[in-house]
Amino acid sequence: MRKNGVNMIKISAKNVDVFYGKKQALFNINLDIEENQVTALIGPSGCGKSTFLRCLNRMNDVIDICKVQGEIVINDFNINDKGCDVVRLREKIGMVFQKPNPFPKTLYENISYGPTIHGMAQSKQEMDEIVETSLKKAALWEEVKDRLHEPGTGLSGGQQQRLCIARAISVQPEVILMDEPCSALDPIATAQIEELIDELKKEHTIIIVTHSMAQAARVSQRTGFFHLGELIEHGSTDKIFKNPDNIKTQDYITGRFG
Amino acid sequence: MLGYTSYYFGRKKAYTIQSTNKRLTALPQFYGYYLAIWCAIPAFIIYSLWAIFEPTIVKLLILSDYANQGYLDDELNLIYEKTKALSRGQFTGEVTSLIQTSSEKYLNLRSIAQSSKVVIVLCIIIASVAYAYKRISSNNRTREPVEKFFNAVLFTASLAAILTTVGIVFSLIFQTIDFFKVIPLFDFVFGTHWYPAKAFVRDSSEALDPTMYSDTFGAVPIFAGTFFIAFIAMCVAIPIGLMSGIYLAEYASYKVRQYAKPLIEILAGIPTVVYGFFAALTVGPFLKDIGTAMGLEVSAESALAAGGVMGIMIIPFISSLSDDVITSVPQSLRDGSYAMGATKSETIKKVIFPAALPGIVGSILLGVSRAIGETMIVVMASGLAANLTLNPLESTSTITAQIVVILIGDQAFGDPKTQAAFALGMSLFIVTLCLNIVALRVVKKYREKYE
Ligand SMILES: Nc1ncnc2c1ncn2[C@@H]1O[C@H](COP(=O)(O)OP(=O)(O)O)[C@@H](O)[C@H]1O
Ligand SMILES: [Mg+2]
Repeated sequence: MRKNGVNMIKISAKNVDVFYGKKQALFNINLDIEENQVTALIGPSGCGKSTFLRCLNRMNDVIDICKVQGEIVINDFNINDKGCDVVRLREKIGMVFQKPNPFPKTLYENISYGPTIHGMAQSKQEMDEIVETSLKKAALWEEVKDRLHEPGTGLSGGQQQRLCIARAISVQPEVILMDEPCSALDPIATAQIEELIDELKKEHTIIIVTHSMAQAARVSQRTGFFHLGELIEHGSTDKIFKNPDNIKTQDYITGRFG
Repeated sequence: MLGYTSYYFGRKKAYTIQSTNKRLTALPQFYGYYLAIWCAIPAFIIYSLWAIFEPTIVKLLILSDYANQGYLDDELNLIYEKTKALSRGQFTGEVTSLIQTSSEKYLNLRSIAQSSKVVIVLCIIIASVAYAYKRISSNNRTREPVEKFFNAVLFTASLAAILTTVGIVFSLIFQTIDFFKVIPLFDFVFGTHWYPAKAFVRDSSEALDPTMYSDTFGAVPIFAGTFFIAFIAMCVAIPIGLMSGIYLAEYASYKVRQYAKPLIEILAGIPTVVYGFFAALTVGPFLKDIGTAMGLEVSAESALAAGGVMGIMIIPFISSLSDDVITSVPQSLRDGSYAMGATKSETIKKVIFPAALPGIVGSILLGVSRAIGETMIVVMASGLAANLTLNPLESTSTITAQIVVILIGDQAFGDPKTQAAFALGMSLFIVTLCLNIVALRVVKKYREKYE
């Protein structure tokens, strides 16, 4: 694994182009993601942040018309290679979506879903443990420990989103992708999630797409700025926010467009 | 035509009012509609009344000539009928001078009536249009009356639909009650011997003897047959329908789906009679041949043939309903599952199917209710003898088929065997109604969940 200053490079995207049918959505993206850091992707809507995020766990495979070109290297392995096992890849790279999307099952079943698929628990006891640790890590355990067998859809929006985070970490992924995880939540729930993200970065590498500049500044160490499908600038969050090189970045940060 | 002209005039009038700079109370079209309605409705009412009363009045006028000549009522009627026939040129009997004269008079009266009708209706049209026109000229409100009129028309239409339904249900109920006055409810529901032909031999002049029917109308065999055949049908329809629904919703590419879906829906458009003779002439004998080859005794009219073909008929319902239900499971759930590393089949089995289950159950219940109500296939392919059997290779009969048996040919109202049909119809109605209500509830609940 390469190093970038102090931190290891976890993911390295090289010359990534993405097309939806004939329309190109991403142009020659080159970006290194550092391990155990929070990387924020910012930019006006439609600039391709989600598209880039979905490249990292090959979720774009689900969309028929979507074509991804270029190299994305994770743990020295190009995930766009033919030999890549998507099931294993997604076990290593979890994802949390914009709208909380718990399965219409019980809380317990929501969490045990991933571990069951990947055969991670040999016994009911082990599964119970996984469910408990995941919920604890997602700071949800205290609130729901008495109602594990009630439907997950009965929780509040913020709780549902933390449930989705717990579901994502239940398989102990190395990387967690978050696509505007707070955009459907109120400020208090947002604060809880941000706190959680800070906690999670000790064990996981986190990439978060966000609309809110303030949130990017609060939670991330690295920031990448996208505009019209291009990665305009990336670097440490401090630098991007205080002293960006590019005039477009400057304009966006100061709220002059987007 | 007249209506359109008056619409035109009404609108024109409105424009003239508009051009004199007065503010209209409604859009010009409303003036047109207003006038057209006034043109059509009073005239239509008068015309209908006329059409209803004209024959009676003509008859009275003609017969008044003979009123005091000592004819009986029946004879008078006969004279009138002969007169009418002669004037239409359809009379074949001997033409007497009496009928000849009265027929001439009849024609005369008719033509007077005809022309006076036209005149009167025209007068009324002119009068009412003039009246309405005056009201328009004074720039009266036209929007409300027009809206009220459309409201009334739509209301009448739905009322007609509802009243007809209520009427049918009530006639079912009353006939059923009459039936149970003769045949005890207990015998009907728990009797195991169904042999309505016994009731055919009764001489209608004889008095009713309830004991004669004691072992005739036991409905258990046909209820059993009905559910049995429906069961066979669902055994065919559920797996195939469901799997093709899942395929269409989840696996089929856009292109395949575009062609496959209409093709499957063609199945739903085939008339049931066609399925019926397909079952009776192709599937039935085919099964019999196979059975004989395997040394089994298979009736040419077997429950298996009828149920199987009925199942094929129901496939499109289940497949297209469950396809809709599965498609309406939100994409975000699929994404969530794929992002956890689940494969497509795992996602379908563990997330999509449970999420869609209520809707799927609803579509299955609708399918069952169709299977139970299906008539043609059973009549043609499964025979009419009500055997109490659970052997799919024998022939059985269903509620619908028995109703057909009972009501084919001559039947007298008020006869127990006719009323038996109503009792059967009632049972069928109750069963399918319950199924439909439950199914629609389930589907609706499911819809709400994802709105
Ligand atoms: N499923 C899709 N099909 C076609 N075009 C898409 C699809 N998803 C995204 N796009 C296009 O790709 C571009 C980038 O979208 P996206 O990555 O969702 O932007 P962001 O998340 O930054 O708002 C947009 O122009 C959008 O129209
Ligand atoms: Mg987005």
